[in-house]
Amino acid sequence: MSPILHRTPADLVNLGERPEHSPESPLSVHAMTVAYHRKPVLWDVDYDAPPNRLVAIVGPNGAGKSTLIKACLDLLPRASGQVEFWGEAYRRVRTRVGYVPQRESVDWDFPVSALDVVCMGRYRRLGWCRPVTRAHREAALRCLGQVGLREVADRQISRLSGGQQQRVFLARALAQEAELYLMDEPFAGVDAATERAIVEVLRRMKSDGRTVIAVHHDLQTVPEYFDDVILLNMRVVAAGPVGEVFTRENLQKTYGGRLTPLAEAAEAVARAAFEGR
Amino acid sequence: MLAVIEFDVGLDLFPMLAATLAAVVCGLLGNFLLLQRQALMGDAIGHSVLPGLVIAFLLAGTRSPLAMFVGAAVAGMATVLLVELVKRFGRVEPGAAMGVVFSVMFALGVLLIEQAAARQVDLDADCVLYGQLETLVWFGAPENLDGLLRWSTLTAVPRQVLVLASMLLAAGIFTILLFKELRLSAFDPGFATSQGFAARGLGLALMVLVAAATVASFEAVGSILVIAMLVCPAATARLLTDRLASQILVSVAVAVATGVVGYLAATAVPAFFGRDSVNAAGSMTLVAGGLVALAIVASPNHGVVTQVLRRRRLAARVATDDLLAALHRAAEQGLDRLACERLTKMLPKRSISGAVDRAIRSGLVERKRGVVRLTATGRIAAAAIVDRHRSWERYLVEEAGFAPDHVHDPAERLEHLSGTTPDR
Repeated sequence: MSPILHRTPADLVNLGERPEHSPESPLSVHAMTVAYHRKPVLWDVDYDAPPNRLVAIVGPNGAGKSTLIKACLDLLPRASGQVEFWGEAYRRVRTRVGYVPQRESVDWDFPVSALDVVCMGRYRRLGWCRPVTRAHREAALRCLGQVGLREVADRQISRLSGGQQQRVFLARALAQEAELYLMDEPFAGVDAATERAIVEVLRRMKSDGRTVIAVHHDLQTVPEYFDDVILLNMRVVAAGPVGEVFTRENLQKTYGGRLTPLAEAAEAVARAAFEGR
Repeated sequence: MLAVIEFDVGLDLFPMLAATLAAVVCGLLGNFLLLQRQALMGDAIGHSVLPGLVIAFLLAGTRSPLAMFVGAAVAGMATVLLVELVKRFGRVEPGAAMGVVFSVMFALGVLLIEQAAARQVDLDADCVLYGQLETLVWFGAPENLDGLLRWSTLTAVPRQVLVLASMLLAAGIFTILLFKELRLSAFDPGFATSQGFAARGLGLALMVLVAAATVASFEAVGSILVIAMLVCPAATARLLTDRLASQILVSVAVAVATGVVGYLAATAVPAFFGRDSVNAAGSMTLVAGGLVALAIVASPNHGVVTQVLRRRRLAARVATDDLLAALHRAAEQGLDRLACERLTKMLPKRSISGAVDRAIRSGLVERKRGVVRLTATGRIAAAAIVDRHRSWERYLVEEAGFAPDHVHDPAERLEHLSGTTPDR
């Protein structure tokens, strides 16, 4: 039986019933199944996110990592199951939950400036039909400053590098001032300097008491960047603190036994990192 | 040329006003269609109103404007919904879904018209395509523009113009009130929906408005102009600006210009050649397409001309840099001058003579009897270039793991494109 966080063996016996979600858990997923065109992509996912941790979602291509995030945010219909944020439905807590979509999901030729994009993080606070006020624009500028992009605030987004675009998305997330962030591959296609900058921001978020759940592709950096990990391959293979669940057996189960030499090296690094701690 | 522009208030005022209003309404909404990659939707709706008109006529038994408007509006909404349904359940891309729906709807309209024609009724598909601007002629209009400033003018305004004016008001209010939401949902629908601004709902509201604008416009100007106006002004403005707000303002200006210029040209240009005036909607569509072509060629940021110039400038700089570097390397091996023929063997032939001329003009090299050598300033510049190139090579070998015999070309590219040395 895969280890599931915050749940005693007695609860596991009762999986058919709806468990009591603790209001402290920023995200509780229970028995969630998601299907595309009647073909299931996620099977019976159970997960309780611990508060104030950096959580990585890892798994092979097609494992349903993005689907997990989108289904939690009601962007995809769920075939079954419940999702609660601090014990409430998503639509009641939108301001407390931030979302960073995949960078490739939008058209970067769009006629907006970097600052315009960051201001979008404030729209929920502004509400319908209200224009962006100066106070909100200044808040957005501060967020751009936190990711080191204040100087390019007025630049059209197509004239930013890939790394800068990713940081603009992160700044937009900061502008949301949420307590829980769901991020879809925040490290995809960025250079080393941007990766360091992003990690910096994630750590600052954690020290401010926030929780981050991010889809991550680079197994090597999981132990260095994240506290917890969800190993996903259409179902949750294992979830919990990196030191406990980021093991060779679990990775092999997740990647269908076809663990590449690179991933094996990553695992060796992971073990070394923990023995070093 | 100006002499042939004759503006007759009674003949031209309302048709031109209607055409321009239609152009602006469609141009305004077209901005969002273009950004959502749904520009074809206007095409779809423009063609699909035909069966709506025929069915309304067959049901109501009259060609009254109200019956026609209702029939067209219902057909427009049906198109929007059908496209959504085909997209979702047919699992095809939006363009294909629109293609399926509008061709079938248009065919249905043509068949229904044939049936109606067999029953001796007067319906014409051409009117849907080209519009009926000529029906807006104002009989008993004042002779000059001063005579317009009277209350009685308002009562003479034809229904089509009033409908288009209220449509423009509605589209304007929609755009201004929901500017922020429309921009967000067009840019990042997933994020918009996660923030409680349902992208699908906003998209549908936009489509309803586009359908209404199409229906309001086509009676006067025909569906060909509607389709052109939903795409062209926004596409022109897109090439000239890089902010949505300015894009929208420019597109409205382009639409006004298209309306006025296109309308006047329909009479003026044929008159210049001694012929009768042509269909105003057709002439406006040509103007709209011409403006798009002009923007593609001459836009200051994205235009073809700018791009060619930019590429030329870079190529010229690269050629000069290469020349200086070649001379510097030769000097390092004890040759402080090189014959031009020798240079053509070392460097790409096409660029060499231009590069030598440019370098002479900037005082970097001198040429005597077919032999080229660096000047004092040229030596400093050349040393800096070679230095930069070598530091890129070193960087690629040491930091990026390139093989030492494979670094020359990548280093060359990095050096020219970044213009700086690698920072470590």
